[in-house]
Amino acid sequence: MQERVIMAGFGGQGVMSMGQLLTYAGMIEDKNVSWLPSYGPEMRGGTANCNVIVSSDPIGSPIITEATAAIVMNRPSLDKFEDDIVANGNLVINSSLINRKAEREDVNVYYVPANEIAVELGNSKVANMVMLGAYLELTKVVKTETIVEALKKVFGERKAHLLPLNEKALAKGAEAVR
Amino acid sequence: MAKILMKGNEAIGAAAIKAGCNYFFGYPITPQNELPEYMSRELPKVNGCFLQAESEVAAINMVYGAAGAGARVMTSSSSPGMALKQEGISYIAGAELPCVIVNIVRGGPGLGGIQPAQSDYYQATRGGGNGDYRHVVYAPSTLQETVDLVMEAFDVADQYRMPVMIVGDGMTGQMMEPVEFKELKKRELPVKDWITDGTKGEREPNIINSLFIDPQELEDHVNDRLEAKYRIIEEKEVLYEEYNVEDADVVCIAYGTTSRIVKNAIAECEAEGLKVGLIRPITLWPFPHKVFDKITDKTKGLLTVEMSTGQMIDDVKIAIAGRKPVYFHGRTGGMIPNPNDIVNEIKKIAGGEK
Amino acid sequence: MAVVFDRTKGLTSKIFHYCPGCTHGVIHRLVAEVLEELDVLGKAVGVAPVGCSVFAYDYFNCDMHEAAHGRAPAVATGIKRVHPDSVVFTYQGDGDLASIGTAEIIHAAHRGEKITTIFVNNAIYGMTGGQMAPTTLIGQKATTAPYGRDAEHCGMPLKVSEMLSTIDGAKFVERVSVHNASNIRKTKKAIKKAFEIQLKGEGFGIVEILSTCPTNWGMTPLEGLKWLEENMLPYYPLGNFRTPGEVE
Repeated sequence: MQERVIMAGFGGQGVMSMGQLLTYAGMIEDKNVSWLPSYGPEMRGGTANCNVIVSSDPIGSPIITEATAAIVMNRPSLDKFEDDIVANGNLVINSSLINRKAEREDVNVYYVPANEIAVELGNSKVANMVMLGAYLELTKVVKTETIVEALKKVFGERKAHLLPLNEKALAKGAEAVR
Repeated sequence: MAKILMKGNEAIGAAAIKAGCNYFFGYPITPQNELPEYMSRELPKVNGCFLQAESEVAAINMVYGAAGAGARVMTSSSSPGMALKQEGISYIAGAELPCVIVNIVRGGPGLGGIQPAQSDYYQATRGGGNGDYRHVVYAPSTLQETVDLVMEAFDVADQYRMPVMIVGDGMTGQMMEPVEFKELKKRELPVKDWITDGTKGEREPNIINSLFIDPQELEDHVNDRLEAKYRIIEEKEVLYEEYNVEDADVVCIAYGTTSRIVKNAIAECEAEGLKVGLIRPITLWPFPHKVFDKITDKTKGLLTVEMSTGQMIDDVKIAIAGRKPVYFHGRTGGMIPNPNDIVNEIKKIAGGEK
Repeated sequence: MAVVFDRTKGLTSKIFHYCPGCTHGVIHRLVAEVLEELDVLGKAVGVAPVGCSVFAYDYFNCDMHEAAHGRAPAVATGIKRVHPDSVVFTYQGDGDLASIGTAEIIHAAHRGEKITTIFVNNAIYGMTGGQMAPTTLIGQKATTAPYGRDAEHCGMPLKVSEMLSTIDGAKFVERVSVHNASNIRKTKKAIKKAFEIQLKGEGFGIVEILSTCPTNWGMTPLEGLKWLEENMLPYYPLGNFRTPGEVE
């Protein structure tokens, strides 16, 4: 098993932390993991992306050239990464902010209105968790419980009160692609 | 100990502190900033000292002072900043002081770019500063290996009284992987009886110095002290990974993150029935020359892959000594080699097209 | 018979390599005597520069570290941060400190490094053979200013003490001279004060010492002392620019 996922959006959408969370969860489940961010000026307000690999075998290159999945949070990310997905891979599109359909016909495309779902839950910031929930439902790369366990560690006691909201977001995301 | 998920630059800092490094002198430059930032946060907690110098030149000279004073000390930078440090590195090598220097390489020349590159190979292995000197250069490919080698680097520096360099790139610095801080195999380290911490009236003064105005004295210093230990290091400290070298149609040579991309390419070639080997130098100096002797007549050619226009290839050519043709594939300026392009190159060599 | 004078324990028995009439020898002795009198030779670490005093490590009878050109304050910073209880000093000339090492000296002062800098200003590069320094006076000839220093072409001589006295971390800044016996005594007092300030942990201290270079000035030793008095003193006024009391 090797899952190679590109996560992309604009700065502030929580793309990097979504990637780190999946990486962390993979590590907890004793899988091989790597997280590689884009860095530099493009990080200052532009598009941000990260490459996450979760694998049962040791990981070669941490750079993803042939993604098994892509989670795109905005339009420039869809334009940039749609072609990088392997045939029969998964493409999860944030339909709240992306006004076009996917062009690829050989990949599995899922439209998730992540921002609307997040707003319904009371906090637009958990749109990333909605997207991650959808992706996990599709791929089962790690268990949702492990993501929650990772979240607990990342949040610590100071932010523990945010846990239920994030759990709900993961669940709603999963529901959206079920 | 349990695994921790860490960013490369921070993992380097954590490993250094675990190895007893209590002093860090640095200067900001992308893409290594998380390392000095980490040290500025963590060193005060262990009663250590982080100081942001006024320049890379000052930073390496603070390292020179601290190393002479007997401390385990580190500095880091990225390519243009590392160019500035070369003066100090030459002095430190000449005065035979231990320290660890980290270069998170970015594209060049000049201000270049900020994306990953391996275009400082010459600078690292040929001595970027003046004079007849060498220093150990480690080029880890994973964060676990990075952590292990950073810790080892402090021991090696102390054992041989010389600077040790860790060469990473923007990718190693920025990426996250699980790391585990393991206990090192203990080395017999000499007592530091040469340091400048004051005579306390109990011994003759110690002098830290790289100046030998008499040519014969300087030649003796270079030959009897420096060269002599370089020969020992070439004998004892070479590190490399080899894979299928004796039974390969094509042997690839790559280090650092590039070697990981090459491994992907090799896996693809193997799936198609090709036999491809890999030599991954872990020490760039001393270079693993001897493993090249294992390459048999069966091998059609060597392929060196680098994120540069071809620098390590010189060492590969020296090592294979004309026995086999050596080909090159590289990207530079912050561009990263694509596994498919490497596969194509391997196929061309295996199929006799090259 | 009573001993009325003895060689300071602060110097080794190595014979100085300095030219006849050069005042480095006097200044070395003053620094060494101060270290001995303050009883800190055992915890002193000196940093030697590049320049005529490059071999200072052979003369001072304490731990010494030879630095790259201009970098002595950075090297001293490294030593002092590792051993805060040691007494660390740099000994630098005007090419070393006022030209190639300006960044290092300014920032050592700026950080308030608890070190002492002995700055020997003889208005010329001595070791390399009499080239123009930032401190060379207007009209003064040097091998790279054969027609005399011209302000239009290369600026006015740099006044290091005045410049450093604008920096908060520089707690003690004084300019002295060694052109006659009474000034040599004042120089020793200033050096002692600067070390005492380091011992109290108050901050950075520098003593700028006007000095002669008869060889490269093309004069006899006596002419050199006279030239210093008549030409350097008017442009580089002696006096204290900062003391801790004034700073606080």
